[in-house]
Amino acid sequence: MSRFKMKKGKGSASINTSSLPDIIFMLLFFFMVTTVMREVSLKVKLKLPQATEVQKLDKKSLVSYIYIGPPVKSKLYGTNSRIQLNDTFANIDEIQEFVAKEREDRDEADRKFITTSLKVHGMTKMGIVTDVKQELRKAGALKINYSTRKGRAKN
Amino acid sequence: MARKAAPEINAGSMADIAFLLLIFFLVTTTMDVDTGITRKLPPPVEDNVEDIIVKDRNILKVLINSHDRLLIDGKPGDISMLKRIAIDFMAIHPNDASYPEYKPKFIEELGLEMDMSQGIISLKNDRGTSYEMYITVQNELASAFHEMKDELSMRLFGLKYDQLIDENKINGINSAIPVRISEAEPEDIGGK
Repeated sequence: MSRFKMKKGKGSASINTSSLPDIIFMLLFFFMVTTVMREVSLKVKLKLPQATEVQKLDKKSLVSYIYIGPPVKSKLYGTNSRIQLNDTFANIDEIQEFVAKEREDRDEADRKFITTSLKVHGMTKMGIVTDVKQELRKAGALKINYSTRKGRAKN
Repeated sequence: MARKAAPEINAGSMADIAFLLLIFFLVTTTMDVDTGITRKLPPPVEDNVEDIIVKDRNILKVLINSHDRLLIDGKPGDISMLKRIAIDFMAIHPNDASYPEYKPKFIEELGLEMDMSQGIISLKNDRGTSYEMYITVQNELASAFHEMKDELSMRLFGLKYDQLIDENKINGINSAIPVRISEAEPEDIGGK
């Protein structure tokens, strides 16, 4: 028994964990600051095409998104590509209204820097994309970005 | 009257609470950066504007049909050829009537005069073209212009375009090689 007691006396000192909450808090704050919550729930499937000549979109607050793709609930909505603005499916004539509203939400000084990011499923036919582009032109949202993943384009 | 000292709050569970929050934010965080090909749309045209006539030799027509096949300047082509053709088209060919005209222009940022090709690459697609093909073609054209910028930058500064840091040099290269891609007004060719 005495041998055990001896060991206990010489055992390694326990690590001081009082600063653990601080460390965790630091990590927490980092993630809280960098987090961007998803604003919309996607109702369309998005499999973005790949491209090599991609540029980064900076200033996320100045980007408005238009999603085009086949609906997730294909039994309910069919398989034809649809446009999604914010949280709902939209028709082609609602785009101008959408652009106007996006513009309204931004600061006056920032308005001319708004980029419209088109997130389009690769299998979508260009017809609907062309229509959207025409509407964007009419609405005066001329800066657009075809959202793509970085990678080898198919050849 | 002995005032009772406020009992100390046990802070031992603080770490657990912080952990819980941390894990929540870890899970909800999306670190993805948005990437894509940036383009500028032309402003809308009024109905009564006359068409600007561009000489035929100054245009490289690229058509994509509803079966994702390419027609480059009247000849069926493959996507792998497009980049070479585009670079060749935009290059300066002195005294060759089959290539676009060129005009000398003084580039302020570079402080030298350069021959600027007047060529325009005109891209036209069908309503039935797949978006993937369209992006592939846009990407090839973008990479053609990128390569030309690289080449000029290499010649002038001995650095690739992406490695340039000086804003002035970047702007100079950009104005020496503008991205001249025009997208035609949509038309329904070949049906669905």
